[in-house]
Amino acid sequence: MGLLSSVPDPEIPALSVVELGIVRAVHLDPPEVHITPTYSGCPATLAIEAAIRRCLDDHGLESFSIRTVLSPAWTTDWITTEGRQKLRAYGIAPPDPGKPVACPQCGSTHTEEVSRFGSTPCKAQWRCLECLEPFDRFKCH
Amino acid sequence: MTEAVLSTDQLTQYLLRLGDDSLVLGQRLSEWCGHAPSIELDLSLANVALDLIGQATLLLNAAGEAEGQGRDADALAFGRDVMSFRNCLLVEQPNGDFGQTIARQFLFSSYQFALFRHLTASSNTAVAEICAKAVKETEYHLQLASDWVVRLGDGTDESRERLVAGFDWHWRFVGEMFEDDALSEAVAAADIGVLPSTLKSEFDSRLEAVFNDAGLEIPELPRSITGGREGHHSEHLGHLLAVMQHIPRTYPGAVW
Repeated sequence: MGLLSSVPDPEIPALSVVELGIVRAVHLDPPEVHITPTYSGCPATLAIEAAIRRCLDDHGLESFSIRTVLSPAWTTDWITTEGRQKLRAYGIAPPDPGKPVACPQCGSTHTEEVSRFGSTPCKAQWRCLECLEPFDRFKCH
Repeated sequence: MTEAVLSTDQLTQYLLRLGDDSLVLGQRLSEWCGHAPSIELDLSLANVALDLIGQATLLLNAAGEAEGQGRDADALAFGRDVMSFRNCLLVEQPNGDFGQTIARQFLFSSYQFALFRHLTASSNTAVAEICAKAVKETEYHLQLASDWVVRLGDGTDESRERLVAGFDWHWRFVGEMFEDDALSEAVAAADIGVLPSTLKSEFDSRLEAVFNDAGLEIPELPRSITGGREGHHSEHLGHLLAVMQHIPRTYPGAVW
């Protein structure tokens, strides 16, 4: 698990696939890494699998297979606390269900949704009404 | 109670129905890419399409596994002819204008959300797991479509007229989604699937609530046109498949 913390997400390289909650488990017997896709059609899923494969191979762990596990379904609740801080620092408002959406630039909660979808399936477009910066928000999912 | 046993062919056919709905609508929606009224809508429609195609990949792979002939999702998507597709007629309808697309999306996502919610309890592990993943995406599609039904319906005269015209195109295809037949009765008896007719009341109450918010009236629904589940499609599906299948059929087995 510690090793895979060095594998960045291809779309949000500030975060590792572990911090995003994509890597669910590492089993030794049989040697398997369990991953779960964020969205059914997320095109990054294949890139993530390839990156994990490369990381394992680079460390002599060719015997590990990668298994995609659909259930339980991935949820933004699995993004780690550190991952959330990194998202904010990267300019993406992390998913906090029930809380007002704060601008990752100035911290104001005087914000509005521009569009339910953003640059990737996992994000929505928002705008800060204080500093007027547009920003991505990780959708609560 | 005797446990109903489903044949391999019945399970395959049911998974094809589920997968083809998502595949055909995903392909249809992707025609908007680069053409939507605004960049935000372009992204929204393309992302909904992406979710649907992702669901289709999972469902058609499961169909191929159930079939046991070595066909995967790509083989099923690109290698079947129009009469072998099992999607409902609604999803193959042309995009029309944005109002017509939103009307179709609202009707389909309302149905699919109710369906997937039930299928998360399927006795078939693959169906249950795929739907547990997909239902969250579908809920979001439904929210997006509902927002737009309200926005267009409660907007300008033109936006309302276009939306109403969009719904008028699609009403005749609503009945098919909730029609029971021998296959749906068999999958429901095996606790793998659900009888479509049992989803209708949930669909109706959502339709009523959103139409109420949008200030629209639900008209008397016309007689349903059916046949998609048996492979009898409108002329629109053939054109859609021609676009979707032409590259893999021209260069079979080609890889990047």
